[in-house]
Amino acid sequence: MKTYIANFRKYRFLLIELVKKGIKLKYRRSYLGILWTLIEPIMTTIVLSIVFGTLFGNPDPTFPVYILTGRLLYSFFSSATNGAMKSIRTNSGMIKKVYVPKYIYPLSSVLFNFIIFAISLIVLIGACIIFKVYPTIYIFGVIIVLALLFLTAFGVGIILATMAVFFRDLEYLWSVALMIIMYASAIFYKVERLMNSGYAFILKLNPVYLLIHNFRQAIYGHPLNMHYLCGSIVFAICVTGVGLFFFYKKQDDFILYI
Amino acid sequence: MAKKEVVKVEHVGMKFNLSQEKVDNLKEYIIKLIKRELSFNEFWALKDVNFTLNKGDRLGILGLNGAGKSTLLKVVSGVLKATEGNVTINGKIAPLLELGAGFDSQYTGRENIYLYGAVLGFSKKFLDEKFDEILEFSELKKFIDVPVKNYSSGMKARLGFSVATLVEPDILILDEVLSVGDAKFRKKSEAKIMSMFDKGVTVLFVSHSLEQVQRLCDKAILLENGRIISSGDIDEVSKIYLEKTK
Repeated sequence: MKTYIANFRKYRFLLIELVKKGIKLKYRRSYLGILWTLIEPIMTTIVLSIVFGTLFGNPDPTFPVYILTGRLLYSFFSSATNGAMKSIRTNSGMIKKVYVPKYIYPLSSVLFNFIIFAISLIVLIGACIIFKVYPTIYIFGVIIVLALLFLTAFGVGIILATMAVFFRDLEYLWSVALMIIMYASAIFYKVERLMNSGYAFILKLNPVYLLIHNFRQAIYGHPLNMHYLCGSIVFAICVTGVGLFFFYKKQDDFILYI
Repeated sequence: MAKKEVVKVEHVGMKFNLSQEKVDNLKEYIIKLIKRELSFNEFWALKDVNFTLNKGDRLGILGLNGAGKSTLLKVVSGVLKATEGNVTINGKIAPLLELGAGFDSQYTGRENIYLYGAVLGFSKKFLDEKFDEILEFSELKKFIDVPVKNYSSGMKARLGFSVATLVEPDILILDEVLSVGDAKFRKKSEAKIMSMFDKGVTVLFVSHSLEQVQRLCDKAILLENGRIISSGDIDEVSKIYLEKTK
């Protein structure tokens, strides 16, 4: 354990460098640069609000906030897991030449996406002010939800990273899976009707939805749903444990396949 | 004074799986698993390799193409994990395997110094201090803010060499790197490595130029098909090597 910590300290700077590199290169040569982190969710929320709010006639005046919360969390989950999945292959040049603890790569790509996500939360603050959703004491639930979201994305990410080294087609499978997760996360529809039908389990078994729901609870000033929270905690810990176990077991074979 | 053992390689074997078709998609894998057609064409790139290096030893690794020289260096530097056997290292390794392998082509020279330095395990503070030294040694001051994708291969190698040799390592691993850059830089890099030799660095060196190995090393091993067929003093081993290549 001690050697792990010493090793982590040694490569902490590499982790920071890789995160910086992700952020820098993402917006290099774009005129608006990091502003895109804000503009993009604003634009998609406007489109989704028009389509699902106005056209489908949703009466809730705070519907854009509802959409934005779902969309921001989902898009973090999607880009972080995607990034982590590909991280071993994109960094194969380095892995083949120099010894570096390999978990640094998926971890840095989840971290980098988390920072982008944290910046984009500014948009949510703006939307809350415009649509008069004011924070209450329950807003602190956000911290718990975000910590669990990070852990969940990291756990899923390293499982995918390990598997993607051996099976390239996982990238395509995962994009389909992400689409299913998106539709099952109640990003742009209200859940009441679904909850009262026989299909409620689709939502309740979706770890991303559990997190989105509790995030909305905190934003809208309600206490966290404890059942959902327990589900999220159990899932996050299990998936990270399983992920780390597989990753450590298989990491020495990576180099033979990339 | 008893000499300190710096590198100890015991019964190291490295197995590769050379299946004709590499199964890297799930569908094929499952089909083959069910049909029991998963073929594992084993190939031992290294088998039962043993040697010990004391502080200050300079080992040349000789052998024909495909004898396992580069694999051995990768096992010692920790990039590859040996299938069997043990590698014990005491000290800091500077692997000069392929210079600039950690570079990102969209990054500028300046950014890459920090990135590559981080890959090698240096701290930010250390790199800040040594930044001017790197600039001076690599002679790339004019191009330091240009993306590396616009660099020539010689320029990349120069930058890589300058970063990788920043620290005084205990163990230096060289794989044909003394042939980078133009004649002027080659002289300079050789001088830098020579100065490390004087400080008693332990060296593992791979080169196809026997003359270079004889000049730089005092010990040698000769590999053939992953096994050591001769080891000992550089002159004896190079005699055998010459006979093999006749």
